Amino acid sequence: MSSETKQILTTDGIPLEVSLKKAEKKNKIKAFLLVAPLLLFLIITYVFPIGEMFSRSIDDKMITNMLPKTFKEMEKWDGQELPPEEVFTAFYYDFKVLVEKQEHGKLGQRLNKEKNGFNSITKKLFRQVKRKKIDESTSIKEQIMKVHKRWRNVEYWQAIKRTAPPYTMSKYLKGMDMYYAADGSITQVEEDRRIHRILWLRTLEIAFFVTLFCFLMGYPIAHLLATLPMKYSNLLMICVLLPFWTSLLVRTASWMILLQQQGVVNDFFVLIGLVADDNRPEMMYNKVGTYVAMTQILLPFMVLPLYSVMKTISPSLMRAGKSLGGTPFVAFWKVYFPLTIPGIGAGCLLVFILAIGYYITPALVGGASGTLISNQIAFHMKQTLDWSFASAMGLMLLSGVLVIYWIYNKLVGVDNIKLG
Amino acid sequence: MSKNPEFVKFDKVDKSYDGKVLVVKDLQLDIAEGEFITMLGPSGSGKTTCLMMLAGFETPTHGEILLDGNIISNIPPHKRGIGMVFQNYALFPHMTVYENLAFPLRVRKVEKDEIDKKVDKALSMVSLNGFETRMPAQLSGGQQQRVAVARALVFDPAVVLMDEPLGALDKNLRESMQYEIKHIHESIGVTVVYVTHDQSEALTMSNRIAVFNDGKVQQLSDPAELYEKPVNSFVAEFIGENNTFNGEVIDIAKDKCKVKLANSEILANPISVKSKGEKTTVSLRPERALINPSDKMDNMFTGKIEEVIYHGDHTRVRLNLLGSSEFILKVPNSTSNLELKVSQDINIGWNSVDARALDPK
Repeated sequence: MSSETKQILTTDGIPLEVSLKKAEKKNKIKAFLLVAPLLLFLIITYVFPIGEMFSRSIDDKMITNMLPKTFKEMEKWDGQELPPEEVFTAFYYDFKVLVEKQEHGKLGQRLNKEKNGFNSITKKLFRQVKRKKIDESTSIKEQIMKVHKRWRNVEYWQAIKRTAPPYTMSKYLKGMDMYYAADGSITQVEEDRRIHRILWLRTLEIAFFVTLFCFLMGYPIAHLLATLPMKYSNLLMICVLLPFWTSLLVRTASWMILLQQQGVVNDFFVLIGLVADDNRPEMMYNKVGTYVAMTQILLPFMVLPLYSVMKTISPSLMRAGKSLGGTPFVAFWKVYFPLTIPGIGAGCLLVFILAIGYYITPALVGGASGTLISNQIAFHMKQTLDWSFASAMGLMLLSGVLVIYWIYNKLVGVDNIKLG
Repeated sequence: MSKNPEFVKFDKVDKSYDGKVLVVKDLQLDIAEGEFITMLGPSGSGKTTCLMMLAGFETPTHGEILLDGNIISNIPPHKRGIGMVFQNYALFPHMTVYENLAFPLRVRKVEKDEIDKKVDKALSMVSLNGFETRMPAQLSGGQQQRVAVARALVFDPAVVLMDEPLGALDKNLRESMQYEIKHIHESIGVTVVYVTHDQSEALTMSNRIAVFNDGKVQQLSDPAELYEKPVNSFVAEFIGENNTFNGEVIDIAKDKCKVKLANSEILANPISVKSKGEKTTVSLRPERALINPSDKMDNMFTGKIEEVIYHGDHTRVRLNLLGSSEFILKVPNSTSNLELKVSQDINIGWNSVDARALDPK
């Protein structure tokens, strides 16, 4: 570029760029103020809670604060054999503080999660400390080791040392049926106790098939909606949207009425002689119920993006395809279908992401074999009150969604998504 | 090779969408091989319906359509081998220009080399070589239009249908495309059925024009005849400009009749009037009436200028003549121009041959 064109001046002699920025500044501020409430809302209701969830899921500060002296002394301990006298002494004084604050129970529970058997031996130690049986003038190590034989076991002291860092990934490992073994390596739990992995796989499987069923059923509906004359398509649109306007609970409950063993569907099967009256199939409290109910509930999320894309495809394209010699199938497959891919992508992504986080429907109609990972999260939120584990699994779910989104972006391209 | 004069034949075709109204009534139309025929008419006149029936997207309610002697009413569109250019081009937006053109060849399982050759030929026909890899969205309207034409021709169809293909283009581009399509037709000799509501487009391009109104062909003839000798007042009105007088026939001879207007009488050429007492509309082209005619003309009147509009190549003069203030004159813009001023009285004359007494409006 030549030097003359480098800087254009306005009539006042101010560089054009500067004066343009000045002119646009006011508009930029206005625009920012306009979106500021939403930005604030998003930060408060979305970014902040997710950050909170994350810190909760890795937080292990409680025990770090409970045993400050112990962990300080433990830094010098190599962790191979029983710790030296200083560690025992520090542990004793930390424990004494906890007894005074009546927090020794929490310590026992926390350590018990790390290694079974801690609960009882901390209780035993508590009784000794309470009754002032420990003589602080002689070797505290000897006295503690006498309280219970487990206190003489190096594995228990190794377990305490493992809890030293204020942050831990153990919740995430637990979510994948793994744990830190005594030597600190990551180990899988025994085959018959791997419940989470089953749930993850089942969640993916159900989400995948629900998406597939929604696609197979939604595509023709969306096509019909987009091509029917206005007066019929409006009616059909209402039929598609009607479930949207009904409470999720009501819809799930009506599926329970339909699908139960003495329910409408089974009655009908018996009536037409498809099944024997005394051999009614179970269609609820298993995967079948989850599939049927979730497909119905998530169908609109597939139909609407597909419809909005199909609406924009001119009918003359199909005609052109046919007049150029393509059979109706070729015209559909080569012309119509590729043009609907943005809608298919949007619909499938939407349904899949909603499905892997689905909660109420599987909880009500899923039974034991039809529950998903979100039910497990809810279980830990409400029953075991292990919020950090629930947070960890919630974040694993979220990162799973992000991975899917990323894969989708690689395969199809997010720019191709069209929601309307 | 002798050309088949009945290459495409509409035989007594009726079409109704709702069972109450006939959109196309008893259509009888023969299209010769290699002909460029235009279906011209106002919207709702049934011309596009005829095209759609020929393409196979609509089925005739009654009657048959024949292509090269074979009844095609039961053949689905993709087996008819008819190329079609759509109103909005209908290029496949997800395919490149090359893929768009290759589509009809690929579905016909043509060899790859052959496809390349034909696509290249078709593109050079519309002078779009080098655009193979562009997407339709990257082309201008005129270029998209050419691609659509090339795509309809690339598989050598016997008949090409064009449904108002130039409707979306601006005036200059439309005119140059008219000539281009006409030249393509002349060079490859394909039969073209063209639908438009633009009469100048029809007059420019066609061998013959079928004027549609009310589901019927009003007149089927070549452009010159259509303009010079309209057979009824609809055609006279629809094609070109037209001065009309409504009156009653008071005297009739073989090639002349006397028509009584509100307060005067004129001589006219009896086209669709047969006897005295019939109501009639007399149609006269503006350029056939002359100011101060030197020759002896059998209609001579005096009118008063109401308005003068300058049009560049000619001047339009609106006159109050014979009780009507809507009489239009076209005065060519030549050097011997007359002074034309509003409210000036001038003498007007025309030959009775040019004043066609048609059916009453």
